[in-house]
Amino acid sequence: MKLQGKAWKFGNDVDTDIIIAARYLNSSDPAELARHCMEDGDPEFASKVQPGDMILAAKNFGCGSSREHAPIAIKAAGVSCVVAKSFARIFYRNAFNIGLPILECPEAIDEVQEGDTLAVDAATGTIQNLTTGKEYQAVPIPDFMRQIIDAGGLISYVKERVNKNV
Amino acid sequence: MPMTITEKILAAAAGKDSVKPGELINARVDLVLGNDITAPVAIKEFQKIGVDRVWDKDRVALVPDHFTPNKDIKSAEQAKMVREFAHQQELSNYFEVGRMGIEHCLLPEQGLVGPADVIIGADSHTCTYGALGAFATGVGSTDLAAAMALGETWFKVPESIKFVFHGQLGKWVGGKDLILYTIGQIGVDGALYKAMEFSGETIRQLSMDGRFTMCNMAIEAGGKNGIIEPDEITRQYVEGRTKRPYTFYTSDPDAEYTQVYHFDTSKIEPQVAFPHLPENARPVSQAGQVEIDQAVIGSCTNGRIEDLRLAAEILKGNKVNQRVRLIVIPGTQEIYRQAMREGLFEIFLDAGAVVSTPTCGPCLGGHMGILAKGERCIATTNRNFVGRMGHPESEVYLANPAVAAASAVTGRISHPEEVL
Ligand code: SF4
Repeated sequence: MKLQGKAWKFGNDVDTDIIIAARYLNSSDPAELARHCMEDGDPEFASKVQPGDMILAAKNFGCGSSREHAPIAIKAAGVSCVVAKSFARIFYRNAFNIGLPILECPEAIDEVQEGDTLAVDAATGTIQNLTTGKEYQAVPIPDFMRQIIDAGGLISYVKERVNKNV
Repeated sequence: MPMTITEKILAAAAGKDSVKPGELINARVDLVLGNDITAPVAIKEFQKIGVDRVWDKDRVALVPDHFTPNKDIKSAEQAKMVREFAHQQELSNYFEVGRMGIEHCLLPEQGLVGPADVIIGADSHTCTYGALGAFATGVGSTDLAAAMALGETWFKVPESIKFVFHGQLGKWVGGKDLILYTIGQIGVDGALYKAMEFSGETIRQLSMDGRFTMCNMAIEAGGKNGIIEPDEITRQYVEGRTKRPYTFYTSDPDAEYTQVYHFDTSKIEPQVAFPHLPENARPVSQAGQVEIDQAVIGSCTNGRIEDLRLAAEILKGNKVNQRVRLIVIPGTQEIYRQAMREGLFEIFLDAGAVVSTPTCGPCLGGHMGILAKGERCIATTNRNFVGRMGHPESEVYLANPAVAAASAVTGRISHPEEVL
């Protein structure tokens, strides 16, 4: 999967309340959640972000709650992928399950500037900075996660399994 | 092969003799959990799988606790969806308003989780049940949907970190202070993806309520699970309560840990975590002059009977400061009833506090005590992120129930001894 867009940079420990504040969790409608994506970190983010843009963050992105509304909000806001130094565990799992590409690449985080244009191959994990011409390689995605992606997300994966059993 | 308690539980659930960290396993689950925020998303996903029924109607627990009693029309719609699914699937563990409580107080109390269980919940504080010697971890709604259909899920076996606590606890120091201190030492990603095993003589003396508080906040250090080896105190809690047979696993003496920390608890003071991360813990004596507008005593971290007793001990004969709102929220109907019987409500009401029906409420900025711009709250909850309890420019300070109660009396963050 080839993705391209501008980089939006965030710092360490971006928590799920920043990604989508609990006051909006009385809805699970992706479009509604997208309107409030990253609101408590940057109130303008949802209106500024363009389809294909990417979130670049430092360590422990997505810490806090298990709300799947967080990766759903990011995806529905048009963000094509999230690159971080590290991800919190539940967010990592949720992102794969709902089909939001995420990559770990500390080097890119240190060097890419806000507004740079990036091209990402989510399958191979290569990240090209089209603004500077530099290329980075993200940590490879575990095989099992790849199977889930290839099946088209966890639900399709389970569907296949259920159908095989019966 | 020597194994930790976490590895032993996961090996048994995967039908293997042994497992090692990093290994991917498919494990049966003993119980899965959802709430009024996460279950609606899970139900929609479940319906896409194409099975009619959940794998076991007695092992899917749905607890509407976050925005209930329904705070607005949208929450009411979500709660309705959960209720209708529960009825249609004939779930035996759906807890309606009037019978419900905060999920992580409720499930242990009802005996639905026990030692050696593998539990996943679409709520990050599912790790609470590790206090019983279970493997319990939070997942998202899609994982919940898959497990509702299959009765199993996949895990990567986590590496374990051991935390050994030695020494006597000071009078006003409890599980909350130990865990805040620990997170202060290792940081909010200090245990990322790892099992946090709490042990040592201090833990052996800690009550079940204190142990729940500690395991509850494992996620605040990024942990996959928190866990405590079961002992006599566990046995007294689960006997006659836990509905399924249980096993007590312990870690082998030569089991492998990536790190081992030793803490002398006799030197630990009551802790306060400053905004906006739980790792900003300091001794209350170094809090300085922090005036507060609100105090909240409750949540899945500190809404149990012992917590309420501690708060009452401080509040007895005292009055909540004129400028402060004190909100007390018992964790479950049972805890509510017990507190009432013990006369604690009388003390809270005399002091000028409000007592709420069980709900998550203000803990996640839902309802029942939202903060305005610039307001500060001391809370016995577990997260002090930006905007967690309301306005993005409000502040939450985390502490134990005695510190929260004392602060409500003085109007600023205070050591319990200041008001006695
Ligand atoms: S009390 Fe707070 S932390 Fe606990 S389950 Fe409810 S919202 Fe989550």
